[in-house]
Amino acid sequence: MIAIAAFFLLAAIAVASAVAMLFQRNAVNSCLCLVLAFFALAGLYVLLGSPFIAAIQVIVYAGAIMVLFLFVIMLLNLTAREQPQKRPRVLPFAVAFGLMLFIELVVALRSPAGQVAASRAPETTVEEIGTQLFTHYIYPFELSSVLILAAIVGAVMLAKKKL
Amino acid sequence: MTGFLEFLLIAVKCVAVFAVVMTGVPFMVWFERKAVAHFQSRLGPMYVGPHGILQPFADAIKLMFKEDFVPPQADKVIYYIAPLIGITTAFLGFSVIPFGPDTTLFGLVKTPLSLQLTDLNIGLLIVFSATAMGVYGIVLAGWSSNSKYALLGALRSTAQMASYELSLGLSTVAVLMLAGSLSLNSIVSAQSGYFAGFVPRWFIFQAPMGFLAFLLYFICGVAETNRAPFDFPEAEQELVAGFHTEYSSMKFAMFFMSEYINMIGVSCLATTLFLGGWNGWGASPGTSYGWIVGLGWFVVKVLFLLFVYVWLRATLPRLRYDQLMAFGWKFLFPLSMANILATAVWISLRAA
Repeated sequence: MIAIAAFFLLAAIAVASAVAMLFQRNAVNSCLCLVLAFFALAGLYVLLGSPFIAAIQVIVYAGAIMVLFLFVIMLLNLTAREQPQKRPRVLPFAVAFGLMLFIELVVALRSPAGQVAASRAPETTVEEIGTQLFTHYIYPFELSSVLILAAIVGAVMLAKKKL
Repeated sequence: MTGFLEFLLIAVKCVAVFAVVMTGVPFMVWFERKAVAHFQSRLGPMYVGPHGILQPFADAIKLMFKEDFVPPQADKVIYYIAPLIGITTAFLGFSVIPFGPDTTLFGLVKTPLSLQLTDLNIGLLIVFSATAMGVYGIVLAGWSSNSKYALLGALRSTAQMASYELSLGLSTVAVLMLAGSLSLNSIVSAQSGYFAGFVPRWFIFQAPMGFLAFLLYFICGVAETNRAPFDFPEAEQELVAGFHTEYSSMKFAMFFMSEYINMIGVSCLATTLFLGGWNGWGASPGTSYGWIVGLGWFVVKVLFLLFVYVWLRATLPRLRYDQLMAFGWKFLFPLSMANILATAVWISLRAA
């Protein structure tokens, strides 16, 4: 009973803060709304029996990545006057991609694979996650690490050409 | 009925931890002022109470009655919540730290009472998520006050805390590998007993990597709590007061309290991870007085680390900003990575 109430509360917070993030005028406020959404998601992970994933969500997303976002926004020092205007050229693309994503989600959810009800994770100790990562999911794991490495090298290339 | 009693016990424990830490803060301020004064051949506060022991309370009263000024250009909502974020996250870490062995309080309670608020199997990660969120308090304070000094202080602190958090996390990995658990309770029990009958099996003595990890952790902990020689976010010669320049009265005091609570928190965690927690001579959960001795050991170790904090502040000058970044990324980070590798080799060699 408490779990269901907690689920609806957290889900409502997650959706509301995600929507609020989109409609904020101020970039810093958007950022904070996103942090709140991440927190609600972390709460949902706890309800699904994965406190480890929840803690990682808070440390990595809410803690590290969003702080870097804030850092960049503060460096840009956007004031209300200098807010970037909506560029109509980009708008059609945004709508098209948004629609595509929406259709994909609907198709995915209606397909048999999407019909699985959310269930508590079977065994989510840190050890179990580690074993899974390094045996069953080793290729995706290594691929994503290569992807991140490429992103780092790219960032260094862009920022420090003379290095 | 038992459910209610359990709830009551948890509530009492929460209040006790809160009260001890909260009263610890003014004494820590007093101790720091006195110790730094004596390091510099001064006397420090002497007028209020014997040897100025009541000075922090006088300061607290003064702060409470000061005008609570809000800069007109500030972002009001964020300006108000920033100190709250700071102090809440500072307290969060204490929820998983074991302060002593289980006890029946001389037979008062039937089931042994654990001197820890909750024993989660991801305990250490809770502490880290609290530290990670603590950055927001400082960043938002600096941004919302709409002042150049505050913003600069906040920017510095973001860069500093985000950089040192990495090495802070990595330095504890060695301990996690040695203990094989993220639960702080099992980490403490992995450190009980003695080598050769008298050298305690604390992680700083268990492996050379444990000692290095402790040094790394403490350096990063000092940086993470923005204390000298890493006190850039509030470098007063350059930034007036840094991120809390525009704060006054109790909101200002809340930043100071969260800084000191964070110091106590880092010391508690260092004690738990590296110095054996409540383990020590005579501290055994079996005997009726063992828990008091254990609690005593824990407090003594934490107080020693807090003294080291003050000692560092009185001894070392502040680094230059680029030195800080270079030190964090080019020295501490590779060293903590190498330490993890060395620990892995050590463990596999020991097992073989």
